[in-house]
Amino acid sequence: MCENCASSPSGKIFSEKDNSEVSKLIEKYRSKKGFLIPLLQDIQSVFGYVPQEACGMVARELDIYPSEIYGILTFYSQFYMEPRGKHIIRVCQGTACHVMGGREILEFLSDELGIEDGESTDDGMFFLERVACLGCCGMAPVVMIDEDFHGRCSIGNLRKLVEEYRSKD
Amino acid sequence: MSENKKNRILICSGTSGVSAGCGKVRSRFEEELRNRGIESDWEIVSVGDRGLFRDVLVDIMDSRGRVSYEYVSPEDVSGIAESHLVGGGLFNERLAGDDYKNFFEKQTRIVLSNCGEIDPDKIDEYIERQGYAALKKALDSSPEEVIEEIKDSGLRGRGGAGFLAGLKWEFTRNASGSEKYVVCNADEGDPGAFMDRSILEGDPHSVIEGMAIAGYAAGAGEGFIYCRAEYPLAIKKLKKAISLAEKEGFLGDNILSSGFSFRLNIKEGAGAFVCGEETALLASIEGRRGMPVPRPPFPAVEGLWGKPTLINNVETLANVRHIILNGAKWFSSMGSGDSKGTKVFALAGKVKNTGLVEVPMGTTLRDLIFGPGGGMAERKSEFKGVQIGGPSGGCLPEDLLDTSIDYESLNATGAIMGSGGMIVMDTGSCMVDIAKFFLDFTVAESCGKCVPCRVGLKRMQEVVELITYGKGTDSHIDFLRDMGNTIKNTALCGLGNTAPSPVLTTLRYFDDEYRAHIDRRSCPSLVCIDLLNFEVNEELCKKCGKCLPVCPSDAISWRKKEFARIDKDKCIKCRACIVECPFKAIE
Repeated sequence: MCENCASSPSGKIFSEKDNSEVSKLIEKYRSKKGFLIPLLQDIQSVFGYVPQEACGMVARELDIYPSEIYGILTFYSQFYMEPRGKHIIRVCQGTACHVMGGREILEFLSDELGIEDGESTDDGMFFLERVACLGCCGMAPVVMIDEDFHGRCSIGNLRKLVEEYRSKD
Repeated sequence: MSENKKNRILICSGTSGVSAGCGKVRSRFEEELRNRGIESDWEIVSVGDRGLFRDVLVDIMDSRGRVSYEYVSPEDVSGIAESHLVGGGLFNERLAGDDYKNFFEKQTRIVLSNCGEIDPDKIDEYIERQGYAALKKALDSSPEEVIEEIKDSGLRGRGGAGFLAGLKWEFTRNASGSEKYVVCNADEGDPGAFMDRSILEGDPHSVIEGMAIAGYAAGAGEGFIYCRAEYPLAIKKLKKAISLAEKEGFLGDNILSSGFSFRLNIKEGAGAFVCGEETALLASIEGRRGMPVPRPPFPAVEGLWGKPTLINNVETLANVRHIILNGAKWFSSMGSGDSKGTKVFALAGKVKNTGLVEVPMGTTLRDLIFGPGGGMAERKSEFKGVQIGGPSGGCLPEDLLDTSIDYESLNATGAIMGSGGMIVMDTGSCMVDIAKFFLDFTVAESCGKCVPCRVGLKRMQEVVELITYGKGTDSHIDFLRDMGNTIKNTALCGLGNTAPSPVLTTLRYFDDEYRAHIDRRSCPSLVCIDLLNFEVNEELCKKCGKCLPVCPSDAISWRKKEFARIDKDKCIKCRACIVECPFKAIE
């Protein structure tokens, strides 16, 4: 076990409750085949990301090298190793959206929010992410904020939308 | 449909429907029925997406027949209730138009026949439409007979490579070992392809039935559906469908008293395009990084946890029940040459009707795009090319529009059938930029295991980028061709082998565009921003002022009867004005 996995790099305290949540999940998957990815997915659905403390526990309890866990977390794009902003903005970069101006939309949002793909704003309000295809190509270009789809986006209406989210909270 | 059924209101509620706000439309309908006291006469059914993007589609079925409404917003519902449900007339404002009819009439819908017609959460509706009848029929025959039927039908894999499905089934059956698996590849990662998702959301039982039949034929007792995590609704529908099928005895132990047992599990992907490659997919199910391994051994011999494994894609499996029910002859009567049956395409881009189109193999590209597709989206736009097969496919020009859609003809052009993404492009799309777009994608998604894909694609991306910056040279073209062909021949898996195709096909068919970027340092389609000045060409400007309202940064000044002007300090180079200008006056 490496020191990194045992300590709490995010500075947050990994509580008893967090510990027991992770333990419960570990027990659920202990004897199952091919458990590692679903286990990490479940951990992420509890915390919103996969905390290093949880990785340490998984490695210890299930006798896996931490490097193997790290390998999986960094290989698959759906895993996050840090907490994300409150509102998740997904900008579709599928082919149809690209043809309809999706790249300009992403560049605009990146400038407007001052963050790059995969980053959160300093105030913890937004997390920006490019996605390969949301699959509603008929409404291109598409942006998804949390669970809501916004089709036929333009820079003008996105600027308003971001303002709305900012003022809502 | 049986007599005692109520009148039905079908609301398309797949991901496309959800994205357009079907939930609000449904609750407005519920409210209207309640307020008007006619709840008991009508049944509201949330069906999967029918395949045409028209925001929310609503179909009303009563004794008068069936009427389709398109672009239905929550505000329209009271009008529909007033005129149609109560009044016995029609709500003309949202009546589906000729394009809608044209879109569906010009298709041959077999795989999609249930999508948008039944409630995927109700197994009875599927059973009423001959659901699980194919499984019964298969269980009454021997596994060998089932395999023969699939082989005779000529069904080929719909996921991209086009390998004969029946042969795969046979290889798995003949492989030694008692423990075998069936895997459904639902890791539909191609940007611009969404047919598998629509099938899983709208008709999940057809895939489950196909898998059970495949399990019986191949001698497998367990199956896995590997579905993209980006498809939460499809996963939800599948889970529900599996539990219903178990309850009805179509899955589980001793299915329909035949002695055959089959269990089905869902594995959620975690976001990696390469997991669509079968060996990478198996690694991912096993809980490892999804990296391909060289074949042979093929999964049919040594697959999941080292056991023989049959892997088919969603659309392939959804075809199975139709073949078993209607016979191999019926299936092979559709299509051309060695490509039998139908294929579903996801049509999008600058085309009038975007959505899922199912046509017999052998249909020409032109008949598809200008038939169900309805031609170009806007009258002013001019067809330039069509991109087929996503990041593994190619861009074809107008001269090749009469190419027949079958595996061999498409391969000959340098494109591939792929999973069936089809993006129509007009003169506003730059082919060099499209090539760069796909390279950006494949570079990001390369798993990094083999050198040609990891390093070669990166070098190609850098060079194409230089060309879009106006820094291209003649030698770059030769480099792209050489490197592209090298990667094609030496990469480890299908992702790498096909990743250069978008570059190679655009070089082959749109050479003049590369030349313009290199020789004249200009982008004829006005896309590559480093080659644009964002200046108004006064010879072309008609002083119409259309550019003014679309500018998000107030960089444009215009007054009636005056040329528009762009303030370069304010301009953020978003191209909104270029897209808007009907006269191509902004350069």
